[in-house]
Amino acid sequence: MTRTAAPKTRRRTTLIGWSFILPNFLGFAALTLVPVVAALALSFMEWDSYSTPEWVGLANFTRMWNNSTFWVALWNTCYYAIGHIPLTLVAALGFAMLLNRPLRGVGLFRTALFFPYVTSLVAVAVVWNMLFSPDLGPVNQFLRGIGVDNPPGWTTSSDWAMPAVILTSVWRDMGYYMVLYLAGLQTIPQELYEAAKVDGAGRWARFRHITLPSLRPTTFFVVIMLTISSFKVFDLVQVMTEGGPGRSTLVLSQLIFREGITQGRFGYSSAISMVLFVIVLLVTLIQFRLQQRSER
Amino acid sequence: MTTLLETPPAVVTTPPAKPRGGTAGKILGYALLIALSLLVMIPFAWMVSSSLKQNNEVFTVPIQWIPAEFRVENFAEIWDRIPLWTYLGNSMLLSVSVTVMQVLTGSFAAYGFAKVRFPGRDALFLAYIATIAVPWQAYMVPQYIIMQKLGLVDTHLSLILLQAFGAFGVFLMRQYYLTIPDELSEAARLDGLSEYGIWARVILPLSKPALASLALLTFVNTWNDYMGPFIYLTSNDLWTVQIGLRAFVGLYDAEYAMIMTGSVISVVPILTVFLLGQRYFVQGIATSGLK
Repeated sequence: MTRTAAPKTRRRTTLIGWSFILPNFLGFAALTLVPVVAALALSFMEWDSYSTPEWVGLANFTRMWNNSTFWVALWNTCYYAIGHIPLTLVAALGFAMLLNRPLRGVGLFRTALFFPYVTSLVAVAVVWNMLFSPDLGPVNQFLRGIGVDNPPGWTTSSDWAMPAVILTSVWRDMGYYMVLYLAGLQTIPQELYEAAKVDGAGRWARFRHITLPSLRPTTFFVVIMLTISSFKVFDLVQVMTEGGPGRSTLVLSQLIFREGITQGRFGYSSAISMVLFVIVLLVTLIQFRLQQRSER
Repeated sequence: MTTLLETPPAVVTTPPAKPRGGTAGKILGYALLIALSLLVMIPFAWMVSSSLKQNNEVFTVPIQWIPAEFRVENFAEIWDRIPLWTYLGNSMLLSVSVTVMQVLTGSFAAYGFAKVRFPGRDALFLAYIATIAVPWQAYMVPQYIIMQKLGLVDTHLSLILLQAFGAFGVFLMRQYYLTIPDELSEAARLDGLSEYGIWARVILPLSKPALASLALLTFVNTWNDYMGPFIYLTSNDLWTVQIGLRAFVGLYDAEYAMIMTGSVISVVPILTVFLLGQRYFVQGIATSGLK
C-alpha cells in the first residue's frame, strides 16, 4: 500500500520508520558502529592514553608479525577453535537425535542437558578447575580407576591446559546448539522417513540421506555461530588458567585486552583485533561459499 | 480474524507422537540418555555436595558424594567473608536495566525494520546484522576509549550503555515480527490506528513469547557476563557476582568448600530465572536460528 502512495505520504512513512529505529540506532551507532570503524583506523596509528594519535601505516602490523607472543596467541586460538567446534557440534547433534523421539520425560532430559549453558561461567570454571585437580580431583581419580597410571596434570600442565579448557567449553555449550538442532530436526517431514523405511533404508542410511542433508541449513548456522564464539573466547580461559601455564592457553582476545586496556597501546591492540576480525570474516565467507555451492 | 489473532505457533513443539523403533531400541535409547544426562550433571552434584562439606572432605579418595556431616554453616559464614549481597545486588541492577533497555528499544526498532517500508531500511538492517558477526573483542578498545573520555569507566552506567543497544535484540524481534501477517497491521491502519498504536496495541501483545525470550536471553547473558565487568569495574563495591566470586577464589584458593558454597549461591538466582521461563528461553534460541 505504501509503495503506491504519494510522495508526501512516502516522506511521512520514512520519518515514521526512522522514529522507530532511532532510539536504538543512536546507541548502536555511537557504541558499536563508530567503534568498529575506529578500530580499523586505530590499527594504523600509534596512540596511548597520553600522546596524540599519529599515523604510522603498517608499523603495528610489522611489529605484530615479529612478535612471538602474537603467534602463540594466534595458534592457541586456532587450537581452541579446532577442538571446540567439531566436538560441540557432534555432541549437540547427538543429543538432539536422542531427544527427538517420543520419550517420556523428554523435557526433563532437555533441561538437564541445557543446564550447563545457563549456569554462571565463573562457577563453571571454578568447579571444573577443581574437578581437574591433578592429585585428588575426581577426573583423575576416575582415570586412575580405569587404569590410567599417570593421568594428565590438566590446567597445571602446559600440554593439557588447553584440552581441559576445551572439554569444559564443550560441556557448557552443547546444550545451546542442541536446541538449534532440535528445532532443525522438527522441520523434517516424518513422511520422508516412512517412505525410506518402506524402501528398506536402514537407520544409518536414513540418517545419511535424509537427516544430514535436511539439517544442512542448521549445521551451516551452527558452524558460523561456533566459529564466531570460538575466536572470541575469553571468559573461560581467563577464569580457568589466566592464559597459563606460561603462555600455553593465551588467546587473541586476552592479548587484545592486555595490550589495549592494561598497557594502553591502543594502536597495537587494534591491529591484533583486525586480525581476529579478518579470520572470523574469512571463515564465515568460506562457509557461505560452501553452503551456496552445495545448494546448487 | 480470530484465527489471525492467535499467537504464531511455537518453534519447538513436542516431537511427533509416532512410535519408532522396537522396544529394545527404546530401552537402549533411554539407558543411553539417562547415562549421558547423569554424566553431564556430575559437576553440579559435586559442586552442591562439596558446598556442604568440611574443607578437608572436599578432596577424598574415593569421592564421598554424601558429606559425612552436612555443614550448612558454610551458607551462613560466606556472607561474612565476601560482600555477597552487594555483588548480587549489582548483578541484579545491571541485568534488569540492560534487559529493560534491550527489550524496549529492540522491539521498537524491530517494528521499523519489519513493518514500515522506507528507503535505506534494508541497508541499515544489514549494518545491524553485520556487526553481530564482528567479535566484540575487535572493537572493545575503541569502546573503552569512548567510555574513558566520557568519564564512565568504573561505573555501572558504562556497562548498561554498552549492552543496552545490542543488535541481537533487534534481529530477534524482527525475525518474530516477520511471522505476524501484514494483513493485521493493514487492517489496524484502516481502522485509523497510528503506527505507534499498531506497535503498542497489536504487535506487542502478539509478541509476548518473543519478548519473554529476548528478556530471558538478555538477562542470563548479562548476569553471566564476566569480561564486561572485568574490564570496566575496578571498585569492589561495584563488582558483580562473577567478579566477586573470581576474586574470592583468588584470595582463598585453599578454602575449597567455601568456594563451592559461593559458586552454588552465584548459580541459584540464574537457575531460578531459567527454570521459570525455560520455554521462552529455548524458543528464543530456536527463533534466532531460523532464517
